[in-house]
Amino acid sequence: MSTSRKPRRRFRRSLGERIAERALALVAASAIGAITLILVFVVREALPLFWDGHEGLALAAPHRYPNYDHPVYVWQPVGYPPKYGVVPLFVGTLKITGLAMAISTPLSLLAAIYVAELMRPRRRAWIKPIIELVAGVPSVVLGFIALTYIAGATQDLLGCTYRLNALVAAIALSLAVLPVIFTVAEDALHGVPLALREASLALGARRYQTVTRVVLPAALPGILAALVLGFGRAIGETMIVLMASGNAAVLDPSPTSSARTLTATIAAELGESPRGSEHWRVLFLLGMILLLITWALDAVGRIVVRRLARRLDPSTDEGA
Amino acid sequence: MNIGDRGLRLLSGLALFVVLAAILAIFGLVVVEGAGALSWRMLVEAPSSDLATGGVMPAIYGTAACTLLMTVAGVPVGVATAVYLAEYAPRRSRFATAVRAAVRILAGVPSIVFGLFGLGFFVLFVGKSIDGLFYRDAASPVFGRPALLWSSLTLAVLTLPVVIVTTEEAIRRVPRELREASYALGATQLTTIGRVVLPHARAGILTGVVLAVSRGAGEVAPILFTGVANYLPRIPTDVRDGFMHLGYHVYVLATQAPDVDRARAMVFGTVLVLLVLTFVLDAAALLLRARAHRGTRS
Amino acid sequence: MTAKIETRDLSTYYREKAALKGVTLSIPERRVTALIGPSGCGKSTFLRTLNRMHELSEGVRVTGQVYLDGEDIFAPHVDPVEVRRKVGMVFQRSNPFPKSIFENVAYGLRVAGERDRAVLERCVRESLEAAALWDEVKDRLHESALELSGGQQQRLCVARAVAVRPEVLLMDEPASALDPIATARIEELIVTLKEKYTIVLVTHSMQEARRISDQAAFLYLGEMIEVAPTLELFESPREPRTQEYLRGRFG
Repeated sequence: MSTSRKPRRRFRRSLGERIAERALALVAASAIGAITLILVFVVREALPLFWDGHEGLALAAPHRYPNYDHPVYVWQPVGYPPKYGVVPLFVGTLKITGLAMAISTPLSLLAAIYVAELMRPRRRAWIKPIIELVAGVPSVVLGFIALTYIAGATQDLLGCTYRLNALVAAIALSLAVLPVIFTVAEDALHGVPLALREASLALGARRYQTVTRVVLPAALPGILAALVLGFGRAIGETMIVLMASGNAAVLDPSPTSSARTLTATIAAELGESPRGSEHWRVLFLLGMILLLITWALDAVGRIVVRRLARRLDPSTDEGA
Repeated sequence: MNIGDRGLRLLSGLALFVVLAAILAIFGLVVVEGAGALSWRMLVEAPSSDLATGGVMPAIYGTAACTLLMTVAGVPVGVATAVYLAEYAPRRSRFATAVRAAVRILAGVPSIVFGLFGLGFFVLFVGKSIDGLFYRDAASPVFGRPALLWSSLTLAVLTLPVVIVTTEEAIRRVPRELREASYALGATQLTTIGRVVLPHARAGILTGVVLAVSRGAGEVAPILFTGVANYLPRIPTDVRDGFMHLGYHVYVLATQAPDVDRARAMVFGTVLVLLVLTFVLDAAALLLRARAHRGTRS
Repeated sequence: MTAKIETRDLSTYYREKAALKGVTLSIPERRVTALIGPSGCGKSTFLRTLNRMHELSEGVRVTGQVYLDGEDIFAPHVDPVEVRRKVGMVFQRSNPFPKSIFENVAYGLRVAGERDRAVLERCVRESLEAAALWDEVKDRLHESALELSGGQQQRLCVARAVAVRPEVLLMDEPASALDPIATARIEELIVTLKEKYTIVLVTHSMQEARRISDQAAFLYLGEMIEVAPTLELFESPREPRTQEYLRGRFG
């Protein structure tokens, strides 16, 4: 017994090594800590809404306020009585995000196809970084661009009643989302093995047939991941919509009417609401909802992407 | 050429052209008008009280101080996490999976939610607690109010995923043979990481840091409620002070200046400063990344 | 014996470097022609010019002619896609599409515009039978091709190539990534396929060339050193460099 114990001891890792590993693991746990703290401290400010006697808030349901003849969805937190109908904010968020995705998805995917499939490698090597650079432009700069250039141009072109509206915000937003979708989708397309393209071409397929029937389906998981990422970025974007959307919380599906998003509402109103007030708590609740939306988006996106990847290649294993 | 092929080329080429043309046109306009507006005075002077004249020096300084503090606070945590994930964590360990999931979710949290978090946690919880413990007699809050410190820490949390992901990638690209050579010479794991792995992954790690700095310098939403000030025409000397910030300055000038036309030159100049700052940082990151990839391939 | 393909003074350049230097070769119809030689000698490059696949790599230039049934495939009016429909190809590593077995085999017909389900089904069956794979997969045609074993995947690639009804099959070391049993099956398959197709086979295995080819050509550093009926080339090579290679001096 004692003879077998000694050598094992001698080969044991030093104390310093073991302490280092533990310490690093502890630091790594801080990422988990951060996301937990974010959830806890946003929820902590929001949840008292539901037990501190804030009856009749009518967050999601239409409500008949005094002087109204029928129930309405209204967001008017400084009115009397304050009205916290969040439906117009959701409509505004979906309208702007949907428009931005409708603009940026076809443009970025087609551009990615051109760069990945039809462009010479050398040219690709400098075109891609240019578009990636745009991904780093601060959103406040894009908001400013919307305000100074895009708003005027769309008004001249379409004759919108309001200078700032959902479409203006959506165009600026697509400038933010486009490079994200482009980069990830281009990587996915470029990552499709050359052997598959060669197999297709050797069977007498045209370029476009190879792209639509082999390359795009094979890259679909990555392309979908790109779209989910872009959608998440669009829904969470604050400064652009705050500066360019006009910020009126109206229930109007028209793209050229004004709109107010969840993010812009928080940014614009939290500064003016007293801590712990009903308004303050509702704003934190909006933040909590945003958090849950992005969370759900991440989860759904991962499940769909994984399923698709497995359908393409059933031999891929679960974990990766 | 076949008609389908021609259609594909035309359609996708057109899309790329539209994207590039829009980028060039918009940023070209901004750069041209910004360059006309920018002057030496703008870089060294404080703004007038209506923000429309003078300079943006305090905002430049504030942005730099905030980003620097953010880097000091966030990068060591990010790099250590990446080292743990890449070098120590067993491939399939639950803990590592959880950390990776947390990093991914963190990267997707909207920036305005970081603002709420910074306010709720750093300012109102941590700051107020410090005040409650040490500054019970102070007339006004000392730590329990928006400040440079809290903005920096909020941004440090926000940029953590950027640092972790790029650093882990960089560490994983270090060839196994190098590590094995070190182990074969009797080096411990810690020595190997410190002397072989990290130096070899230097360019990749730096890429992550630069990307994080660029991202942090441009974010406005997270600092709205945690420390940024509308007008504070002096250099902040204390991390407990508020500060001016280039991005926020653009927002205020563009949307809230009393006389928008009078402030036009100021806002264009500020936008250009911010744009050049992030472009330079991002371009540096791209070059570093290219170098990191080349370095490991040869 | 009629020549299916003839190359005349065929040279290829990658940027300014020559990969093939003036190769003139006649490939007889419905025979197996094996290309042998050390790696990097230009065997694969030669093969890829025969269906104009070389054009897919940037910076590759070709001089000389390739005649398919007497027609120059590099002539300006010739559509490379039409060439590839006549000259099929099987690659070194099996590369099935991430689709079902059925869709893999039907792919070439679909891109050629075939929509009739009955035609597709008949052709998929015939092609899989021709590739000696039908019995193994007939009950799971709609499962992913990536679930097949390596040898089965390669035979699927053969089935996929013959489904287009080509006249020539180019095979680039089709068995090099397979185990001995799967290799034997591919070799058997090649022997049966030559009844219908003209086959050009690149191989690094002398034994394989000897076992299944009718004519063998030895390439060295981009040059065609010697071409002869297989037995003759192996038993009594005329060129000293061929003799040395076969004796294993270099390679």
